Amino acid sequence: MNVQDIRKMFPILDQEVNGNRLVYLDNAATSQKPISVIESLDKYYREYNSNVHRGVHTLGTRATDAYEGAREKVRKFINAKSTEEVIFTRGTTTALNTVAASYARANLTKGDEILISYMEHHSNIIPWQQAAKYTGATLKYLPLQEDGTISLDDVRETITPNTKIVSIMHVSNVLGTINPIKEIAKIAHENGAIMVVDGAQSAPHMKIDVQDLDCDFFAFSSHKMCGPTGIGVLYGRKHLLENMEPVEFGGEMIDFVGLYESTWKELPWKFEGGTPIIAGAIGLGAAIDILQDIGLENILEHEHKLVSYALKKLSEIEGITIYGPKDPDKRAGLVTFNIKDVHPHDVATVLDAEGIAVRAGHHCAQPLMKWLDVSATARASFYLYNTEDDIDKLVKGLVKTKEYFSDVF
Amino acid sequence: MSFNNLDTLYRQVIMDHYKNPRNKGVLEDGSLTVNLNNPTCGDRIHLTMKVEDGKVIDAKFEGEGCSISLSSASMMTQAIKGKKIEEAIKLSKIFSNMMQGKEYDEDLDLGDIEALQGVSKFPSRIKCATLAWKAMEKGLMEQEQNK
Repeated sequence: MNVQDIRKMFPILDQEVNGNRLVYLDNAATSQKPISVIESLDKYYREYNSNVHRGVHTLGTRATDAYEGAREKVRKFINAKSTEEVIFTRGTTTALNTVAASYARANLTKGDEILISYMEHHSNIIPWQQAAKYTGATLKYLPLQEDGTISLDDVRETITPNTKIVSIMHVSNVLGTINPIKEIAKIAHENGAIMVVDGAQSAPHMKIDVQDLDCDFFAFSSHKMCGPTGIGVLYGRKHLLENMEPVEFGGEMIDFVGLYESTWKELPWKFEGGTPIIAGAIGLGAAIDILQDIGLENILEHEHKLVSYALKKLSEIEGITIYGPKDPDKRAGLVTFNIKDVHPHDVATVLDAEGIAVRAGHHCAQPLMKWLDVSATARASFYLYNTEDDIDKLVKGLVKTKEYFSDVF
Repeated sequence: MSFNNLDTLYRQVIMDHYKNPRNKGVLEDGSLTVNLNNPTCGDRIHLTMKVEDGKVIDAKFEGEGCSISLSSASMMTQAIKGKKIEEAIKLSKIFSNMMQGKEYDEDLDLGDIEALQGVSKFPSRIKCATLAWKAMEKGLMEQEQNK
């Protein structure tokens, strides 16, 4: 994998920000887009923009073929058994909300339990809070280990025969922890619960095999994996999806409409009410092509090298606190940190003056911030186009930040 | 942008208020209490104000946040002490205009607050600076309405 060649595919990287070469380290928020993805959107709108599944005309057929072709690419990408199990959504949030609003509300009653963890993103917390309120079920939290990992013993201890849903993120957007989803899914199933996976931070960076993970639902977003915003995927096991009611009703998703009763299309379309995000799906398909050409295993290895290097270099800065596992083997490609006596917003502003983009804030994980006992943190997150030079620039920027703030004090 | 430009944001006066915040704490007999947070970044302020005869007699704050939000809170409490409610609210409007780069009466002596003018050049940080002022305005407006 040649990073310099890869960088050439991403036109946005070739620019100066505040007089310095852009160092983009906010990939966990959203990734940049390669030319092929940008061109796939352009081509659709220029050459065959049309609605899907209804036109008899040529453009309609082309659009439908491209949209459904993208679904097949996603199916292969996550190794789902069938495209019936691949639902296009607006993103991870909508995908998780669909499971909570449809499956959870229909299947939970008072006394049942939903199990999530302290490290979850708000989008894997609030849908379950709402489902619990609606059904009378109880929401329970898995504790974390000191190093920000989940212990399987804790899972075994916290889960009960009343647990009906376990929903855990595959990779933490703050701690970087890679969670043992396959093992957690096994424990969930032994206890009669279903396993839901928030894959927003894993699908862009590693090979996903939903059959091997043996999960029941898997949600992810296109925009974090080189694709456009506004589209994501909900994978669900066919027999579960078949027994679920749609969440949105209207055009596209119906079979027969009467005055007082209607019936739904078959899977996956019964969950795709309204004109779908056609260009987005095509763009996601183009992003998958690129990721598979380069190879997910190569991307993972590259990021592993970067995060190992970053952990080593950053920990040499005096006064830095790094959150999450110290062992790079337990981590994905991001590092969350704080600099003593400098607020993360101030860190991000000073880095921005150097052309370095990082995220500062609570990263949509307020319960985790409470667990870490911080109000906010700074985060640098890597992707296939980042280099060790980017990390050197980050380290230099952080040293300057420290100097700048110690000067004014 | 160089580090010189950063100096327009992080002025000496701001850093002084950040390091030595004025009016830090909680008024035990504070007649007015406002809690406000900035949900996008996690900054929060706990503001207590003592109001008598339509005047802000005392104000204290506690909170978590960056240098801009905490120094702004410190300056705000300093500025409103002894001011009539309507004067304090007017000051909040002036500050809001200043942050948005709009014109305001430049003959006004804003004291330390003027140092925050540079924040308007950093759009992502404007919310940091306005949090304390919004809290003050909210508290005093409610006080006025409950009269």
